[in-house]
Amino acid sequence: SIYCYRKPKTKRAKRFLEKREPKLNENTKNAMLIKGGNANLTVTEVLKDIYAVKKPFAVLYKRKNITRPFEDQTSLEFFSKKSDCSLFLFGSHNKKRPNNLIIGRMFDYHVLDMIELGVEKFVSLKEIKNSKCPEGTKPMLIFAGDVFDVNEEYRRLKSLLIDFFRGPTVPNIRLAGLEYVLHFTAVDGKIYMRSYKVLLKKSGCKIPRIELEEMGPSLDLVMRRTHLASDDLYKLSMKQPKGLKPKKKKNISHDAFGTTYGRIHMQKQDLSKLQTRKVKGLKKRPAEKSAEDGGATPKKSKSA
Amino acid sequence: MAAVRVEAVLAAAEEQEAEKRRSITVEKELELEYDLGNLLAVDRNPPPAAALRGAGPRREALLRALARDNTQLLVSRLWELPAERAGGAGGPLVAQLPQPAFRLPREKPPPKPRPPTRWEQFARLKGIRRKKKTSLVWDEQAKEWRRRWGYRRAGGDPSRAWLAEVPAGADPEEDQFARLRREKRERVARNELNRLRNLARAHRAGSAVPAAPLHPTGHQDRDELRRVARVARVSTASLGRFQPRLPKEPAEPPSRSGGKKRRFEPLLGNLAAERSRQLELLRDMGSKKPVLDITRAVNKQLRQEEAEAAAANKGKKQSKRGKRGRRQQRPGRSGKKSGG
Repeated sequence: SIYCYRKPKTKRAKRFLEKREPKLNENTKNAMLIKGGNANLTVTEVLKDIYAVKKPFAVLYKRKNITRPFEDQTSLEFFSKKSDCSLFLFGSHNKKRPNNLIIGRMFDYHVLDMIELGVEKFVSLKEIKNSKCPEGTKPMLIFAGDVFDVNEEYRRLKSLLIDFFRGPTVPNIRLAGLEYVLHFTAVDGKIYMRSYKVLLKKSGCKIPRIELEEMGPSLDLVMRRTHLASDDLYKLSMKQPKGLKPKKKKNISHDAFGTTYGRIHMQKQDLSKLQTRKVKGLKKRPAEKSAEDGGATPKKSKSA
Repeated sequence: MAAVRVEAVLAAAEEQEAEKRRSITVEKELELEYDLGNLLAVDRNPPPAAALRGAGPRREALLRALARDNTQLLVSRLWELPAERAGGAGGPLVAQLPQPAFRLPREKPPPKPRPPTRWEQFARLKGIRRKKKTSLVWDEQAKEWRRRWGYRRAGGDPSRAWLAEVPAGADPEEDQFARLRREKRERVARNELNRLRNLARAHRAGSAVPAAPLHPTGHQDRDELRRVARVARVSTASLGRFQPRLPKEPAEPPSRSGGKKRRFEPLLGNLAAERSRQLELLRDMGSKKPVLDITRAVNKQLRQEEAEAAAANKGKKQSKRGKRGRRQQRPGRSGKKSGG
């Protein structure tokens, strides 16, 4: 590209560019939350709440941007390139599509998938008065409903929602810190998104009993239009580079039952010279030993 | 009496245990699918649609109960993971998560390894390896360790150099300072040019975009692809004569010389073949019989015309054409016997 012809002149610029270049293990995806030309109060509140959930991996654009994502995607792609965000949530409102949210993701700064959802009911963080969990908590995600696997559009929506709300990938997690859960139920053509704060109660055994307290934003969504990526573009975006595959350890194999087998390679052994344990019963008696020697050293017979 | 009481106590204890376990067990028709790396659980059971249709607090309560059950199952799974106390004995209990299983699309395409630069190729060829250099160099004049290059470098500030020797054999009138400045500018320019050339080469190698009809669609068979590859090779200014081949592409078969008339045998090759060819030529020139058999040629032509006519009249009045066709074929057939 044209940008790589100019070498960065400062270390800071170099770090900035290195952060944005394609990598083997990618950064956590950032989301941009954009207000459309005529965004009403509901939609603005939704965007603000989602921003609170997704902090610090989100940018909220406060000004109104007059674009129509389904017709023209260039301005979205421009924003994505400038802020290095690959997820977006665009809110707008008009008579034909009231309380409209377009959730989408990008691949290589071009739009991959876009799904338009209508908000039918919204309860914001402010309306539910209780203590909230700390910012940046990794949420647990639960999808209920067989529609999420049967219908292709719902499947993509599930993938999009997981991508959106997943947060950073961590190797360890503090068990007491599992405080936030997002529950999506798809039933009757509607998708109910509810957020709960998790309370861990004593249960007598090691595993605690769960009690839920309704906390964060709760949305009743209905699916409107979709703009899904073509199959080959989607396949291209799913392609994982070879370096990410876990290295196979040689000479170790696993059974269907979970048994691990190891393989040891030995040199050829002379079995006659093998050192086994000393068993007294098998010990050679002096008579046998002299027979072996061929009578070379005959036993002195005691004279009577 | 005592035995009965003991039994009663044991029964009560077992009842209590079951009660405890019941508080964390959840009954589900279908097992959930878990992806612990993403803290994800998928419940395939169809939710009670009729109950959820009614609006208001009843729906919320139902959703909350469903969520509680699913969260309980997920948390039980998470608690079963191998956990340890981070930061010594008093630290928090930390579980080790497996790798995320749910495949999600990437943000950007995976990085392509850039092709080696001209210097890197040369160095690999010659076996030259990088020498590890120290970052500080001893400056004799300043009697301290100075950087190798940059601010306050070891050789003294080049802009404040007040002496420039005239090298042997150079023009005494020439301005040495100007020469040094000019040479530095030229070096910088050459370095920049080489860097841009390396970049252009890498860019060209990375994105070899063929023309639209030559795009691999994934639905082409091997022969078509081979044909397309051949066309692509020949579409260069020198008609593909200096195109390097791909690593596993077989060498071009000699029929590439393009037919009978453009086949040029090497000058000093097979002497016996050349001799036999020349003798055959002389024999043909000397013989009285013509090389071209007229009868055979005419028959061949007739047969070809019939075949074309048959293909054109396919389906039209077959019975009539059959009789006529048979009648027409007879002279051709007899002609075949007479030839040769």
